[in-house]
Amino acid sequence: MLLRHTPEEIKERKSLTVNPAKTCQPIGAMYAALGIHGCLPHSHGSQGCYAYHRSTLTRHYKEPVMAATSSFTEGASVFGGQSNLLQAIDNIFTIYEPDIIAVHTTCLSETIGDDLPQIIGKAEVTGKIPKGKFVIHANTPSYVGTHVTGFANMTKAMVDYFAESNGHKTKQINIIPGWVEPSDMHEIKRIAAELETPIVMFPDTENVLNGPQTGKYEMFPQGGVTIDELISTGSSQGTLALGSLASSSAAKALDTKCKVPCEILDLPIGIKATDRFVDALRKMAGVNVPDSITIERGQLLDIVTDMQAYLYHKKVALVGDPDQLISLTEFLVSIDMMPIHILTGTKDKNFVKRIEKITADVPYEVNIASGKDMMLFHQWVKNDPVDLLMGNTYVKYIARDEDIPFIRFGFPILDRIGHSYFPTVCYRGGMRILEKILEALMDRIDRDSTEIEFELVM
Amino acid sequence: MKTAINEFENNILNADDFIKPETVKEEILSKYPPKVARKKSKQIIVNRKGAENKHPEIQANVRTIPGIISQRGCCYAGCKGVVMGPTRDIINLTHGPIGCGFYSWLTRRNQTDPSTTPDGDNYMPYCFSTDMQEREIIFGGEKKLKEAIQEAYDIFKPKMISVFSTCPVGLIGDDVHAVTKEMEEKLGITIFGFSCEGYKGVSQSAGHHVANNGLFKHVIGLDNTVQEGDYKVNLLGEYNIGGDAFEIERILKKCGITIISTFSGNSSVDFFANSHTADLNLIMCYRSINYVAEMMEKKYGIPWFKINFLSAEGMSKSLRKIAQYYGDQKLIDRVEEVIAEEMPAVMKAQNEVKPRLKGKLAMMFVGGSRAHHYQEMFREMGMISFSAGYEFAHRDDYEGRQVLPNLKVDADSRNIEELTVKKDPERYNPRISEKELEEMEKNGIKLKDYEGMMNEMPDGTIVIDDISQFETETLINTYRPAVFCAGIKEKYTIQKSGIPMKQLHSYDTGGPYAGYRGAINFYHEIDRMVNSKVWEHLKAPWEKSPELAAKYAFE
Repeated sequence: MLLRHTPEEIKERKSLTVNPAKTCQPIGAMYAALGIHGCLPHSHGSQGCYAYHRSTLTRHYKEPVMAATSSFTEGASVFGGQSNLLQAIDNIFTIYEPDIIAVHTTCLSETIGDDLPQIIGKAEVTGKIPKGKFVIHANTPSYVGTHVTGFANMTKAMVDYFAESNGHKTKQINIIPGWVEPSDMHEIKRIAAELETPIVMFPDTENVLNGPQTGKYEMFPQGGVTIDELISTGSSQGTLALGSLASSSAAKALDTKCKVPCEILDLPIGIKATDRFVDALRKMAGVNVPDSITIERGQLLDIVTDMQAYLYHKKVALVGDPDQLISLTEFLVSIDMMPIHILTGTKDKNFVKRIEKITADVPYEVNIASGKDMMLFHQWVKNDPVDLLMGNTYVKYIARDEDIPFIRFGFPILDRIGHSYFPTVCYRGGMRILEKILEALMDRIDRDSTEIEFELVM
Repeated sequence: MKTAINEFENNILNADDFIKPETVKEEILSKYPPKVARKKSKQIIVNRKGAENKHPEIQANVRTIPGIISQRGCCYAGCKGVVMGPTRDIINLTHGPIGCGFYSWLTRRNQTDPSTTPDGDNYMPYCFSTDMQEREIIFGGEKKLKEAIQEAYDIFKPKMISVFSTCPVGLIGDDVHAVTKEMEEKLGITIFGFSCEGYKGVSQSAGHHVANNGLFKHVIGLDNTVQEGDYKVNLLGEYNIGGDAFEIERILKKCGITIISTFSGNSSVDFFANSHTADLNLIMCYRSINYVAEMMEKKYGIPWFKINFLSAEGMSKSLRKIAQYYGDQKLIDRVEEVIAEEMPAVMKAQNEVKPRLKGKLAMMFVGGSRAHHYQEMFREMGMISFSAGYEFAHRDDYEGRQVLPNLKVDADSRNIEELTVKKDPERYNPRISEKELEEMEKNGIKLKDYEGMMNEMPDGTIVIDDISQFETETLINTYRPAVFCAGIKEKYTIQKSGIPMKQLHSYDTGGPYAGYRGAINFYHEIDRMVNSKVWEHLKAPWEKSPELAAKYAFE
């Protein structure tokens, strides 16, 4: 047994976190910043932070993840990190020549109270920022919120720094995709293109974190939202924010700053959430949904119809981030499955309420928690076993110990490929989730059935 | 044999059409702002031996330049991740916001076998954290830490708990040592803390030192039970990445050598507690663990020397050195028997890969020891380690221990505690006398010595300390090496350039690479990477010849 010390008995813990279902803000800010074209994320703290974030993102994507750091020493921690950041900005623009540096803070620089706008202002007046280049920042103290908060904060910083109203509306819609994979961003853009609706997506990590092998390394790859596009978001007809935790603060900031109205939606995972997204997009853009999309929807439904027997009332345990889990739970309930343990490490008031509502009709007692850890999740599973586990790679330790089929879903996925290339959002993404669920469940049937019951046709 | 190879290397490196490393150094420096260039010029060294056959001096273990994109991590990573991480039966509790604990959770591929300790405890698949929130930053985190230790004790009943301080802990002034002491007294198990805040020192190296101090103060020497065995050694600085320690254990056991404790691959705190009863300390990764060796020598009288179990040649040399140290004919003979048994398979693999790899360039930028250890391995494949450097080493790792007396201790190193160690009144027992020591020196068995990496590198190679992303790119674009070795952060920037990249921290997914079977694995691994078919497919047909040869008439 790998997690041999995890007791079945659940004792309340007030101060000890065991096997977290979350990580800290800066990594989310780094991921979001990579979704700006020509951007070098910069971690204002000690160099361990950036090393850890780059390593984790690199393992998740198997792609280069470039970023820089202020490399605080003890001296900088005592006297403040201003000179480190000024030096970093100068070095980065001289050596690596990005268009923009996106600085995020860390627990270190936040605890000592470094004033980022002041330092960036100083960099500006002392000529350390070349003409036409930018330095932006987001405050991302690691002791507040989680990685999702960091993503939201950096996304909002893009609005704060760049969005401008040109006085009249441009025929385009902003889509803030939330913390999803490059493949998901591509899928959302494809749907918008099918609806013939011009959009600006930010952040956009497609072609940044799923780049091709060409034999030539580019530090700043093709993808990412451009500065001009970010400026133009202030003149868009409206904003669709997908995933309230990751995207709503940027959407609201756009509304306040540039009077761009926004609609906050769930991440388009599964039938109903995708329906709402497509419907909202069509209404906001004033277009019709083409048959091609309706056909995709029908294909998804067709799989559910055909394979119902394997899905019906199967118990599932889910762990991950709130935006993802809300839509995923809704999807599973909508196809007659029974998500019975749903846990996120991120504290979120709405999460528990939403999940309670979504699972109200599940004919089974449902455990829901926000701001808790994977040890509790494991204990729930021990006390009330399930047919399927869904979560990030760390869940594989639980899956092996408890011998339960497992699908990787969420962040980070450190041991499989696919997430950066194949989406889990919208109808096609729903089909991929279904394929994965069915493979996991049916492989198990094949493994466990007796020779007498073993089936060729399933 | 080595001279012949050096000649072969020299011929290639000093050929007229080989781009001079001095030119590359100049090219790199010309891109940097003047201040950076000045500093970096002391860290980028063309290894040419001067008139006195001495290699030039290198600057190392100095502050990382902000914004340079270095490979380095922090003090916490060195302490918690590297040294303490591979020990299975201690609860390693991170005191800080959640990130540090999360990122160091199971990411280093340290294997362990809990079946070798009776209680079978293994906390390595777990991550323990106090998950500090804003209120602790404002009001202090000691209360939460105390409570977390209590809860860990109540649920898991571990035999030992250690606490790791992250950046904000030092800044807000939580006294982890007072808290752990109080809880140790309360709970009656060993509990201690590490002041390994991320901003300490200039790299992971500071964390290694902090971890060494903690182990020495709190764990080593707790259990005086003397184990059975004729030749009892500790293996220091072997972290069992990909199973290296298992292969070393296999070979040493075959020779009749008993490992009392490994620091810290496949380790138990029970082994640490007992390690002062060994006869000899063998040092693998000198950088991360030499402090423990020195302190054990002073306190208990255990001598140490440097060995290298990476590469077949290194393994055999090290085994012979151990046998010579003991001077026991039985052991000397046994070691020769083992070498003779193991080598045929090694030679078969070497001969198989050599024709495909001979004369190709390798570059390696890792750690504080492996960039040196792996050069022998590449030599065995006929490859040339043209460029190397460390991420977090000190000058002695490059130039050898003779530079130690002249090393300046700067402000960043001064804040890492240097323990004052005295002879243990009861347990100090010099394993060899001064006379025996002299005798050994005469016979060429050097104790307490390390010659460093640059000594063994041929003339005209290029050595870079704390290599930056820009320097990495310049090197690979200039020389297009057959293989480049570094860590996960560099991995895909290299591979996207069309050059195979081998991780020498975590070994990618491979290993073991130590010992004889490990060497065979490594030869095959490099052969696979360098000669993979994937490199043939980089260009699509229409990219190779974009012009259409003919057009159909109907167009």
